[in-house]
Amino acid sequence: MQGNVQTKSHRNGSRVRKLLTSNEAVAEAVKIAKPDVIAAYPITPQSPIVESLAKMIAKGELDATFVRVESEHSAMAVIHGAATAGARVFTATSSHGLAYMFEMCWWIAGSRLPAVMAVATRSIGAPWNIHGDHTDIVQLRDAGWIIGMAENAQEAFDMTLQAFCVSEEVNIPFAVGLDAFTMSHTAEVVEIWEPKIPPRRQAYKVLPSDNFAVNAVTMGKARMKARYDLAVDLENSAKVIEKTDKDFGNHGGLVESYRLDDADFAVVMMGGWCGDAKDAIDMLRQEGFKIGLLRIRFLRPFPKKAVKELGGEVLVVDKANSDLRGVLGIEVSSCGVEAKNVVAGIGGVDVGVDDFYRIFKDFMNGKLEMEWYL
Amino acid sequence: MILPGNTSCQGCPISLAMRCLDEIENPVLVIPAGCSTVVAGLHPNSAMKIPVIHVPFASTNAVACGVKEAYKRAGVKANVIAWIGDGAADIGFATLSASATRKDDIITVVVDNEAYMNTGTQASLSTFWKAKTSTSPAGKADEKRNLALIMIAHRADYVATATVGYIEDLRRKFGKASQSEGFRFIQIHCPCPPGWRFPSEKTIEIARKAVMSGAWALFEFYDGKLRFSGIGKKFAEKGNRIPLAEYLKVQGRFEHLGDEDIVAIERAIDEEWEILKRFSGE
Repeated sequence: MQGNVQTKSHRNGSRVRKLLTSNEAVAEAVKIAKPDVIAAYPITPQSPIVESLAKMIAKGELDATFVRVESEHSAMAVIHGAATAGARVFTATSSHGLAYMFEMCWWIAGSRLPAVMAVATRSIGAPWNIHGDHTDIVQLRDAGWIIGMAENAQEAFDMTLQAFCVSEEVNIPFAVGLDAFTMSHTAEVVEIWEPKIPPRRQAYKVLPSDNFAVNAVTMGKARMKARYDLAVDLENSAKVIEKTDKDFGNHGGLVESYRLDDADFAVVMMGGWCGDAKDAIDMLRQEGFKIGLLRIRFLRPFPKKAVKELGGEVLVVDKANSDLRGVLGIEVSSCGVEAKNVVAGIGGVDVGVDDFYRIFKDFMNGKLEMEWYL
Repeated sequence: MILPGNTSCQGCPISLAMRCLDEIENPVLVIPAGCSTVVAGLHPNSAMKIPVIHVPFASTNAVACGVKEAYKRAGVKANVIAWIGDGAADIGFATLSASATRKDDIITVVVDNEAYMNTGTQASLSTFWKAKTSTSPAGKADEKRNLALIMIAHRADYVATATVGYIEDLRRKFGKASQSEGFRFIQIHCPCPPGWRFPSEKTIEIARKAVMSGAWALFEFYDGKLRFSGIGKKFAEKGNRIPLAEYLKVQGRFEHLGDEDIVAIERAIDEEWEILKRFSGE
């Protein structure tokens, strides 16, 4: 990269500023975390992540085993197997790839194995569409994964590093969401730094010398207990996320509050388009509207407390739906918050600062008519 | 390797095959959905004296690959075994093929009982031509896929067919796979009493009749050569075989067959042997 500037940070030692896409930022973070096994099947727009990692391995910059598989189902299966045997693991996927590996996503979570996966969040067909929205990653919601949603390349980098630490502390796999194309393929300046990631930790590993079986057939109760334990630990992972976030970029923990302190109107959103929403909020603030943004950084564990604390009127803008409602809207409602809900940007439909300005203004003027911003 | 009092059916061929696992050094089993899942025991118990990783149906070979790659990096010696049924070979065929193509350093064992037995005897791609199953009640209209030949086409390092009817031959092949490296594949013919509808005490008898009638060929492939093996060698000669009807007619799944059906099946078996002989150069 041209023009890299080396600076000193008082907290985290030396930092290098690089112009990187979020895909590249994720790959840089993975390299620093030193995984043992990476397995992946290419899918747009995730492919540059694993291509970068393959290149790092080929150049000798990263000592990891790269397994080329025939499908995403197998990508998750390979990292499931490698994690079972004690390896630090990484994969990346998107859209149909995530759908195809869905079964294995449940197994790696249910097995309580740490793993990290980047998801370049993209539409799922039909009809065919390769562009960005959140329809893929929201479907991971019930599998028992930690699901983070980055807003920009810096956060994608920091969150990926954090993911290895959190996942290996709580024994729950961690997905890092980054919006397709708007993040995966656009470059920003990212501060690269190298925190010390503790050696691989996990609750158990299967070795030939240890005679035990994992995931044998259970009668109902044992399965239900396992599911309960996972739910409790996923809920408790919030504390670990909040604590480690301070060391990994200090992005706010489970949520980022933007100009919410004195707000009469709150918008709830997640992902890359929050940057545009913030610009729209700044414009409206200049006009005297007291509006702010609660940016959901984690779909799981869901930041229930922060949502419940929202005052004033609430609007949720979603990039994925479940019947006529947005998925995030349903999540916010589940916290007992009465919220208006707009679904927008599905299939990569461009929603920019002007659009948010209009949507937010209509919302504050009580004139929000469209639930679907088509 | 497998404890008495496990949950297999009477006369279960899979538990017979599992007994032979003691021929394999440092084994780690990866088992997908199927009868083997149940035989290996219910949580929190295990019927196996070796580590078992239970996994979803189609994932077995990929999980085994991941386990092995992690062991390799950690310097752990193990024979990782993807222990699958013919059902998992169907649904996980892409995974099996990729694993063989990568030459994953694992042993794949297919316990082939010629149907999806754990879900109640539905036809698989491995189900014998004209056999009755719950999804082929009039008899299956297409022939059994020769999985071992397909694995040879992958240039697997070691491919063998075996049967629970000749345990010594099976044990030898497990031992050979254990001492080899690379992608090793063993398909074991496993006559299933409830699925094939014969009395539980006849598993061995029927397994042997499959070999003696030519319906199941015993061979090995290594160093680029196919070789007929063990007692099965002599049945490469048609004159040495017992009549096919003696194998088929003792099984409920073939009770509907007429003489002309048996002639047609026999012709198909002869054709398959010709292919095998051309491969073997014998």
